Amino acid sequence: MIPQLFFIYFAFAITGLSLLVVTRKNPVHSVLWMLLLFFHIASLYLFLNAEFMAAMQVIVYAGGILVLFLFVVLLMNLRDELRIGKYIGAGPTGFTFAAALLVVVIMSLRSFVAAPPGIYSIDLIKSETHAKILGKLMYTEFLYPFEITSLILLVAIIGAIVLAKRRLKT
Amino acid sequence: MVPLSWYMVLSMVVFAIGVFGFLARRNIIIMFMSIELMLNAVNINLIALSHYLQDMRGQILAFFVIAVAAAEAAIGLAIVIALFRNKATAHVDEIKEMQG
Repeated sequence: MIPQLFFIYFAFAITGLSLLVVTRKNPVHSVLWMLLLFFHIASLYLFLNAEFMAAMQVIVYAGGILVLFLFVVLLMNLRDELRIGKYIGAGPTGFTFAAALLVVVIMSLRSFVAAPPGIYSIDLIKSETHAKILGKLMYTEFLYPFEITSLILLVAIIGAIVLAKRRLKT
Repeated sequence: MVPLSWYMVLSMVVFAIGVFGFLARRNIIIMFMSIELMLNAVNINLIALSHYLQDMRGQILAFFVIAVAAAEAAIGLAIVIALFRNKATAHVDEIKEMQG
């Protein structure tokens, strides 16, 4: 009973906070609601025995990406943002599309069949600790994707500098 | 024990909210935040499945999704800054140079 109550609280909080994120007029308010949303999602990960992912969520999303968003929002002067309407002309179409997508995907959930469970049971994760198991897998079975991820981050660094720098007068 | 389908329904609801925000909002920064919302919905789904199917591959995939989301945020915000420098606007309906 207690786990269900916890989950129901987090589900309603996450849904409400994501609605707040996409409907606030002021982008700064949106960013701050998103911060609270990311903390709730991190607690949901703790609830799923994924403590390393919860730490990643807080460090990378709340500590990195949101600070980046906040910097950009504060760098741009968005004073006229508060006067003009927040949805484009095709807003109702977007709402209809999103609602239809939700209905279709939830109806397709009934035909979901779970695969047979793997070897990483909760007891094994508890005895080995989560970060150790994840690190072992990451540096053996998933070594190639891990290296490719570092390449993606390098491309992102170079691309961000090239795009955002002021063009020099020649 | 919370059933797996609750997590999947939650993830789909968050994903649909992200789709709505991406399609309907005028401000380009909030459109980027909707993309982050959709990526987070996928992460919830991946980690819940990884826990219930007792397989770690879902969490490793979620780790890569987080890395790609960080790269995407950096590139996207750099594009927003370049755009704001040229057009002084953050509204997507005023950006129509390419006649799209």
